Amino acid sequence: MKSAYVDFIRIRFLTMLAYRVNYYSGIVIYAINIGAYYFLWKAIFGSAETLQGFTLAQMTTYIAVSWMARAFYFNNLDREIANDIRDGSIAMQLIRPYSYLLVKMMQGLGEGLFRLILFMGPGLVIVCLLFPVKLPKDPVVWVIYFIMLLFSLFINSQLNILTGLAAFFVENNEGMMRMKRVLVDLFSGVLIPIAFFPGWLKGIMEWLPFQAITYLPSAVFTGRTPLDQAWGVLGLQVLWFVILLVPILFTWRAARKRLFVQGG
Amino acid sequence: MLYATLFWEYIKNYAKTRLTYRADFWVEVLSDLMFQATNLIFILVVFQHTPSLGGWSESEVIFVYGFFMIPYGIFTTFFGMWNFSERYIVKGEMDRILTRPAHNLFQVLLENVDPPSLIGSVVGAIIMAVCWNDLGMAFHWYYVLIMLVFVLGAVLVYGGIYTALSAISFFSDAPTGIVPLIYNVQNYGRYPVNIYNKTIRFILTWLLPFAFVGVIPASYFLEKKADDISQLAWFTPVMGIVVFTLGLMLWNYGVKRYRGAGS
Repeated sequence: MKSAYVDFIRIRFLTMLAYRVNYYSGIVIYAINIGAYYFLWKAIFGSAETLQGFTLAQMTTYIAVSWMARAFYFNNLDREIANDIRDGSIAMQLIRPYSYLLVKMMQGLGEGLFRLILFMGPGLVIVCLLFPVKLPKDPVVWVIYFIMLLFSLFINSQLNILTGLAAFFVENNEGMMRMKRVLVDLFSGVLIPIAFFPGWLKGIMEWLPFQAITYLPSAVFTGRTPLDQAWGVLGLQVLWFVILLVPILFTWRAARKRLFVQGG
Repeated sequence: MLYATLFWEYIKNYAKTRLTYRADFWVEVLSDLMFQATNLIFILVVFQHTPSLGGWSESEVIFVYGFFMIPYGIFTTFFGMWNFSERYIVKGEMDRILTRPAHNLFQVLLENVDPPSLIGSVVGAIIMAVCWNDLGMAFHWYYVLIMLVFVLGAVLVYGGIYTALSAISFFSDAPTGIVPLIYNVQNYGRYPVNIYNKTIRFILTWLLPFAFVGVIPASYFLEKKADDISQLAWFTPVMGIVVFTLGLMLWNYGVKRYRGAGS
């Protein structure tokens, strides 16, 4: 049984591999976006040495690694689940002897693996050549960062699954999915590090899971969060991962009871 | 005259189909505005930490963004050809278009018309008005006319670029990935161009002239800056006509070469 789930990772990886050409332009697009924010932040810093504990060099690294992390953890699980529900194929999925949600999570992992090797990896190399990015020298930072990155993927996938499952309750959750994407980009810290938000908003953000997706790992990577605090931050991510399981299981139970396939 | 009646018929048709799903309509409008809002939030947050962005104050940068939203809203209303390659070339709908007498680009554009995007333009105009007040700038009646000319020029710049990009599908039916690429480059044009290096500034001004959609025409109304790009403001309509003509020429050439996808 265990190997069946591993196979889902493998199959998704291979499917993605067949469409790898689509992701080459993705690297260029991410580089373009990183460039835009690099110049913006350079102008924002002006003559200032540090802003909110970031030096310009750290900020550049932060932008580059955050966008590249997004290249890794991004997936469309929400849309896939919503489509399964809308076209009724979820009924077929439910009678199969596996956990639908676990399969989705595995497919997310397979996609993540693909994105790590063919998107984030080469992307990071290219970005390092284009912009003055300073990579951490301590191997421990790299190890912690990669563990945190894995949890970024988990937490982002969990939010995607939750948004996708909403299709059980509202017939068209297109708007919800779009808003979730905007919220994640804004509040996870890809566009603006959480430290820059005004106090009240920062206060709210510290109680929401979004920062665990980008801000926490990127802050460790750039060295803004010192190494001795990094384990605590990782703990926070794990905590969110566990907490988010509760609404997912709850929604899943409620959803199966009211499943209503339209046609099919 | 024929085109005016056709235009009206297309709009009526659009309204009928959309009114069937009213809830979706508002959700779409709201999520579009939220997307724009993130850019504004970025500007607002950033100016908590710096008094100026390359010599531009907060109100000025927001003013530029407000101006940008007006042509951008009009552009997305009338040039929504995002899935042109897939729908018209791969699925062969272009054949249907070509059997009709009205100009093919006109038909394609109106089949994809999306009036809700105009709400973005209205929001942009309001943002501009608020900044105008904040900056305490003088307002002359003829500014309205100048604004119209600039907005029209900016829409043509955008329209020309995307017409040209869509025309690429006539030469290659495989997805080239170039449209999303340019879509991301256009974000550069929303901010003062002097924050970029020389190469990018040159590209944004003369090669992919996205600067003519935001910062250059908007700067005409603002205080003069050190590099004074407002001198270029009157090039906006010229650029618009040139870029759109080039786009249309490429399109027409593409249509002439078009042989159908085969199925």
